[in-house]
Amino acid sequence: MSIDLILFLILAVVALATALGMLLSKHAVYSALFLVLNFATIAVFYLLLGAPFIAISQVTVYAGAIMVLFLFVIMLLGSEVLAPSKVLRGQRWAAFGLAVVLVAETVYLLVSRHAAVGVIARPDAFLNTMDSLREIGTALFTQYLLPFEVTSILLLVAMVGAIVLTKQEKGGQK
Amino acid sequence: MDWTIWVEWLIKSLFVIFALLTGFAYLTLYERRALAKIQVRIGPNRAGWQGLLQPVADAVKLIFKEELTPAKADKLVFFWAPIITMVPSIVIAAVIPFGPTTTLFGRTIVFSVANINVGVLFLMAVASIAVYGIVLAGWSSNNKYAMLGGLRSSAQMISYELSLGLGFVTAILLGNSMNLHDIVDAQKGVWFAVVQPVGALIFMIVTLAEVNRAPFDMPEAEQELTAGYHSEYSGMKFALFFMAEYQKMIAISMIAATLFFGGYREFWFLKDTFLSVDQNWWLGPIYLLLKVVVLLFFMIWIRATWPRIRYDRLMSFGWKVLLPLSLAVVFISAVGVLLAQELNPGYIWLVPVVSIVVGLFATAMIDQALRRKSYAIR
Repeated sequence: MSIDLILFLILAVVALATALGMLLSKHAVYSALFLVLNFATIAVFYLLLGAPFIAISQVTVYAGAIMVLFLFVIMLLGSEVLAPSKVLRGQRWAAFGLAVVLVAETVYLLVSRHAAVGVIARPDAFLNTMDSLREIGTALFTQYLLPFEVTSILLLVAMVGAIVLTKQEKGGQK
Repeated sequence: MDWTIWVEWLIKSLFVIFALLTGFAYLTLYERRALAKIQVRIGPNRAGWQGLLQPVADAVKLIFKEELTPAKADKLVFFWAPIITMVPSIVIAAVIPFGPTTTLFGRTIVFSVANINVGVLFLMAVASIAVYGIVLAGWSSNNKYAMLGGLRSSAQMISYELSLGLGFVTAILLGNSMNLHDIVDAQKGVWFAVVQPVGALIFMIVTLAEVNRAPFDMPEAEQELTAGYHSEYSGMKFALFFMAEYQKMIAISMIAATLFFGGYREFWFLKDTFLSVDQNWWLGPIYLLLKVVVLLFFMIWIRATWPRIRYDRLMSFGWKVLLPLSLAVVFISAVGVLLAQELNPGYIWLVPVVSIVVGLFATAMIDQALRRKSYAIR
């Protein structure tokens, strides 16, 4: 077994464990922390695949910014412990049915395409350099310019919406 | 991969960790002595010559202090929070170059623990992780003051991280690389602080907020929050927070020195003399140390001079002043770099001129906005 494979197996176990921990923990703060660990593990996967830029972006954006805001909101609202939730009628059966569909799809894809998937070729060594960043930048601002701009406008709309919702009317009651 | 590379890594890592840990110890002494000088006091000078053994005495005291855990605290998170605060403050120094690439004992040695091509992004990632320790410490203590400190710090650090990121972008634009070694090499002739003085100034203000130093030390404002997020910590756990804060100060000074003040490179007037790092590689760490000491002195000086900024003003300052100004700085630098590339290298000097004008304009506008309104006098 190569070192990469061993690393991959360990990381896979950690990633699965943290994902399960996130779902199963009753405590919202612990859930958030499990999710942070999960993001960090995924970042290491990206490193293994030879994409340091994406790995570090993952840590900065998800672990560093978004999850901190999550924690902030959880703490601010004081909603750390989940109240005993009311289960919607038939929710469990619907979830079970959807899970079966998902598993069936995955198994079908794995069986039917296993030859085509094979071992994914490792990116060239040069992707690990500054040039790969240039490539990403060029691609973003030429080939994918429209999606990029649309995304930024979406985010802007969300931001403006949040501000409008929280803004108090002038002269209105507190 | 042979075993010597492991030895090299081990030595470099130990060097960086040792430098940060002793740096922390002596930074406390440096700060206390400098503050004392500014406030016309004497400061600690009893333990050893000029108080040089004071950090040792402090360490012994902190180790033997009793450690308390509040009964209602979240034990697990309470235990981990100081560690989560401490680790990034050391790890962040891993990509800082402290010397030029040289050949030593027949092998090429790069003077940084990790010479990665996305070094600047690494700094950003680790800096953004550093918030967790403080937030979790504040939450797990189960104490309203600690909680408020944690919340304040998370809001503050996230707000100022944006301007910090734009500061990094300025350095990346001017250096045309994300590798810190390349950025330092690009400052061979002129420091980026000269090309982009406003950017360097914003970066230094923002780093003050990122390490929770005065006048942005809202998370631990003594008068309002007793001690903020570390109110409930004592003994070695408190010492870890203390260490993390001072190591962050050192690390952030190293980063500022690397990005804007030439890093390990010599001062510009020593460029082609025998004091240049190109001639003597071992001068690199010394120059970096000199710059860090000067930058740290500015941090201490600011703490001695300025009162703490009010919380709402802190937020407005971050969002309404620093963020637009740093956006403007990035834009100006980008245009300047483009003009210098396409037309004439001399156009790079438009960058400092225009950015200083913009900076002065912003200062005048802030002054105007902060004037006492007529209704306040009534």
